[in-house]
Amino acid sequence: MKRRDFLRHSLVFVSGASVSLAALEFVSVGELLAARPEARWGFLVDTYRCVGCGFCVKACKIENDIPLEANVTRTWVERYLILKDGRVLADSPKGALHGFTDQRVDRAAEGFEEVSNQEIASAFFVPKLCNQCDNPPCVQVCPVGATYQTADGVVLVDHKWCIGCGYCIMGCPYGVRFFHPVEHVADKCTFCYHRISQGLDTACAQACPFGARRVGNLRDPDDPIARILLTQRVGVLKDEFGTKPQVFYLGLSKEVR
Amino acid sequence: MKNHVWRPLFVVIGLVALILLARAFYVPADFGTHERGYMYSYNRTGNIEEWKAFEAKYRGSQYCQGCHEDKTSALSAAQHAIIPCENCHGAAFGHPDDPEKLTVDRSRNLCLRCHAALVTPGSGRIQLPGIDAQNHNPGIECSDCHNPHHPNLAEMQG
Repeated sequence: MKRRDFLRHSLVFVSGASVSLAALEFVSVGELLAARPEARWGFLVDTYRCVGCGFCVKACKIENDIPLEANVTRTWVERYLILKDGRVLADSPKGALHGFTDQRVDRAAEGFEEVSNQEIASAFFVPKLCNQCDNPPCVQVCPVGATYQTADGVVLVDHKWCIGCGYCIMGCPYGVRFFHPVEHVADKCTFCYHRISQGLDTACAQACPFGARRVGNLRDPDDPIARILLTQRVGVLKDEFGTKPQVFYLGLSKEVR
Repeated sequence: MKNHVWRPLFVVIGLVALILLARAFYVPADFGTHERGYMYSYNRTGNIEEWKAFEAKYRGSQYCQGCHEDKTSALSAAQHAIIPCENCHGAAFGHPDDPEKLTVDRSRNLCLRCHAALVTPGSGRIQLPGIDAQNHNPGIECSDCHNPHHPNLAEMQG
């Protein structure tokens, strides 16, 4: 091979290789399709409206075949008590499956703590569920491809594919994943995927008498949830983790973690 | 090349072929990398349809209204109209075929979910009428005196 030929061939090869890579990146059909699916599900929790009745937890467990008395749940409600001396107490007995009916705070191993009414500066309820993160850490750590994000933004677990290793349960910064006591695989909130894809509300949102939980399509500018997210002040949990949660809260305060 | 090189090489090639063959049978055709790349959508697409096919248990108050119009219209004027039927009457599942009858939760604890007096300034709870569960007629059911569909005190049951 002559020197001239060698140089020419290498030049053609290098430029050809770089162009084809760039071209692939530019017109990746998958990316184009993913950029505009019909729906992108989001959730809005209004903590001002929540009264801690726990009907959402009960409805979720029955709807999704989670054993009622097992100590795991896809959604739960936390009560926060902020005392005048600056202390913050939080509890969620049985995930609020039976609501909050006791003024005393459940301190787990330490028993119940009596709090006098005069001590309380403010107290409120915060429902929690899977944040369906846009950058879900639980999906990144799955070694077998059993958990994934759908094109409309919901993170699902393939119960047939899951090997039950528990990495995702450890990987979730919000602690929403658990080991399903009957199916023996990882499980979590699906935004009631079977219901929202039929145009129904999630079971928790339907059960809420006060409209504290609502699900909506963020791609639709006329959707009531999308309008609130665009026009009002909403917060997300643990923003600093960079997970980009798709569950938004009205009335979130710094004590809520 | 000599035999001692080829023989183990054949074994290795055979093993790789065997693993690839087993993989081709074991891994479903729809398993692979999808829209969001290897990091977020390395999965079996058939599972999305499996989740969509999951059976819904709660049918919504509209569904109840289909047959029990008399009950739902009477309730729509009461304060408790905001509570979906199935919260107290139980999830409908395939009612009226399966189950034929729903079990109504008439327990005191059901009412206390909202009406146990808790000091919660900063939430909607304080706007609800609340009782001290220890001292307000302990031991008897709320529905013995209060009508759950018309809970105001003027319409108390004898």
